[in-house]
Amino acid sequence: MAERTFRIWRGDSEGGDFVEYKSEVGEGQVVLDVLHTIQAHQANDLALRWNCKAGKCGSCSMEINGKPKLACMTRMNMYEPGETITCQPLKAFPVVRDLVPDVSWNYKQNKRIAPFKCKPADADGKHRMYQEDIDRVQEFRKCIECFMCQDVCHVLRDRDRKDAFAGPRYMIRVAGLEMNPLDDEDRIPELKHELGVAMCNITRCCTEVCPEHINITDNGIIPMKERVVDRFYDPLLIAFRALTGRRKRTKLRTVESTKE
Amino acid sequence: MDVSELLTIEHDVLVIGAGGAGLRAAIECSSQGLSTGVISKSLLGKAHTVMAEGGMAAALGNADSRDNWKIHFRDTMRGGKFLNAWRMAELHAKQAPARVRELQEWGAVFDRTKDGLINQRNFGGHRYPRLAHVGDRTGLELIRSLQDHGIHQGIDFHMECTALELLKDEEGRIAGVAGYWRDTGRFVLFRVKTVIMATGGGGRCWPVTSNSWEYTGDGLAMAYDAGAELMDIEFTQFHPTGMVWPPSVRGTLVTEGVRGEGGVLLNNKGERFMFNYVPERFASETADTVEEADRWLAGEEGTRRPPELLTRDVVARAIRAEVEAGRGSPKGGVFLDIASRRDAEAIKRKLPSMYHQFRELAEVDITKEPMQVGPTLHYFMGGIRVDHDTQMTAVQGLFACGECAAGLHGANRLGGNSLSDLIVFGQLAGKGAGEYIKALEKAPHVEDDPIKEAFRRATAPLNRETGENPYLIQEELHEIMAQHVGIIREGEEMREGIKKLEEMASKIENVKAIGASQYNPAWHQALSVRSMLLVSQAVAMAGEMREESRGAHTRVDFEGEREEWGKVNIVVRKAADGTMELEKIERPEPAKYLSEIGYADIDDLESGKVGADAPEE
Repeated sequence: MAERTFRIWRGDSEGGDFVEYKSEVGEGQVVLDVLHTIQAHQANDLALRWNCKAGKCGSCSMEINGKPKLACMTRMNMYEPGETITCQPLKAFPVVRDLVPDVSWNYKQNKRIAPFKCKPADADGKHRMYQEDIDRVQEFRKCIECFMCQDVCHVLRDRDRKDAFAGPRYMIRVAGLEMNPLDDEDRIPELKHELGVAMCNITRCCTEVCPEHINITDNGIIPMKERVVDRFYDPLLIAFRALTGRRKRTKLRTVESTKE
Repeated sequence: MDVSELLTIEHDVLVIGAGGAGLRAAIECSSQGLSTGVISKSLLGKAHTVMAEGGMAAALGNADSRDNWKIHFRDTMRGGKFLNAWRMAELHAKQAPARVRELQEWGAVFDRTKDGLINQRNFGGHRYPRLAHVGDRTGLELIRSLQDHGIHQGIDFHMECTALELLKDEEGRIAGVAGYWRDTGRFVLFRVKTVIMATGGGGRCWPVTSNSWEYTGDGLAMAYDAGAELMDIEFTQFHPTGMVWPPSVRGTLVTEGVRGEGGVLLNNKGERFMFNYVPERFASETADTVEEADRWLAGEEGTRRPPELLTRDVVARAIRAEVEAGRGSPKGGVFLDIASRRDAEAIKRKLPSMYHQFRELAEVDITKEPMQVGPTLHYFMGGIRVDHDTQMTAVQGLFACGECAAGLHGANRLGGNSLSDLIVFGQLAGKGAGEYIKALEKAPHVEDDPIKEAFRRATAPLNRETGENPYLIQEELHEIMAQHVGIIREGEEMREGIKKLEEMASKIENVKAIGASQYNPAWHQALSVRSMLLVSQAVAMAGEMREESRGAHTRVDFEGEREEWGKVNIVVRKAADGTMELEKIERPEPAKYLSEIGYADIDDLESGKVGADAPEE
């Protein structure tokens, strides 16, 4: 056990400030453990979100020493023994109280995305798709909605262009649908016109902070940008499609090709 | 307080809880054209369901075509030590495959077989590979699929809104719910025709648990207060494999999928000790040598299952016995080894969260070293007593589904039967609520007084000048439950525990929440310690009453199953004078075909000698 110093932002939408706490830290503890000790003994009304305490629900995201982190997965021994730990809410969103941000904007973005539209089943009533075709989709579906990628996205955080860009979380959500062999919806116009995929300038900050290690930019956003470009900006393809009346295929076709 | 000035929202149905069961129930209600609301203490998508790892059990027959609902049903009954509600186990086994396929049509992306179908994995107590899964994050896939589908079904989601009390009309029918929004502290009155409880269990009453903070038994307590009955509440499942180190993550779940993928349990002498703990009932279907177990894992026909895949109650007790005998691991558990069984790539692909969890939290690389694990409070088999077909409770208009409801699992739940429980009975509860509403002639109406009373009780901890610290109260409760109502129980010990819990009641009446009402966890905690106390009392009293060992309920003073106790369930209810009342109720006779299948010899069942005439619908 050793005593450590914590600076925790306390306040609400009207304003607030950092308050210093000292607390004993036990073996193997994570930042969330210490916040709980402080809450139980010194600051009963300290507002923070947490649920699973195992890195699976994405509730306890906050900025710890300036970096977005899941408090439940951030071990105290990752910091220098004398280092003060500073905790504050995700900065890209309005604050509700203390370490709790108002993340409702994210839920609104999710609702804008057209729902999954399932293709008809095969003749025997079953849906088939192959593991190699869904590995990438499953990578995106690991997302625990901690919203840390949204927090560090320059478009949302620094430029505050929430009006123009749905953010990395929803780019990979759409990518997960677009690459899903069973999804029958055309996602490309929505990506361009509604969700603002072009706004991303590929700084990869989102990928860096993802606690699930999803390769958001390279595996998700860039392929989506390419599909938008193919559809809307490739002059040869545009001419070809205008002449033949064919639409650019953007889905994987393994299912059909292996059935034959 | 003027009730007409309260923020009031009207719905046909209010679902309390937004985990798998609540979301599935809400989708069902909405599909019948009912005005449906969902309230949840947390944000959408954060419910305890996300922590489920291994999979959802459904006899799809994709991984082994010999599987069917009858075998799933028989496994469930045997796992539950025949204390399950027969009809619920039947409905569950029959309907789970359709519910899983429906999830896929709503966007769930399950791991695949080589033929492109939904893949299924082995789990404890399931005869065939039966668990549809996504690596070791199946719960996340379930909740996200229901969430992303549900938001387009016209359902009103009220996030971070806590239910305080159920409100009834003068005839005793459900008429409303008192609640408050956590982000503002503002009260809200829901005027509704039905309520569906989908609030999960109460694992947070114990210090070592795999459960998230929300598992404080609020739904059980609210239903009990409203006049519903709790059943089988003494059966609390200790999952055999929780993390044991470091101390701050003690109890965090290590999925049974590790054993399903071939992982083995070892003591400090390097012995696969589970071979010494095979119960008679399972002996003929379990391997008795390491060689046979390994051949089974390699898929050889005619071999029997390894003993590591026995039911959870058996494995948890075995681990505890090894530790007590001094054969435990350095950190007080036993070893769970997958590193020497599968190559590193396979481990990372099939068990990515386990790999991540141990690396980040315990600094252990599970592809190189064994894990150290021990039992952790994981699940409530018991809960609110419901009608087997409609899921309605003893209170008119109050329904329950998922972990907070009792019946499906009996004395012990099989892994994988929880996620399928959520979607099967979530759907049925939604249907049941719809039928109830259709038959209603006039919407029930709650008078002003009970509403005012509910809000007055809720604000008491804030208004008090001084009082007990709600966090320290919970710690005290933890000590009592760990000491008196643990994995191994004894009559006198439980009676002492019950006395201590009674003494705590007055402290809880006097709990103080420091601060204001806006997003104040102290206030929330002050309200939920009452639920936790009530649930703890129910578990302790029912546990003291059941004088036998069956499934998850183990009594040192009453070893083994007793025939007379196999004929009754224990029901807990609030008596007219406000005290907790317990009653043994006779179990109904099962349909003949169900009892034949349940008790069948496995070869007779598979050859069709038994159960061939059972109805398929």
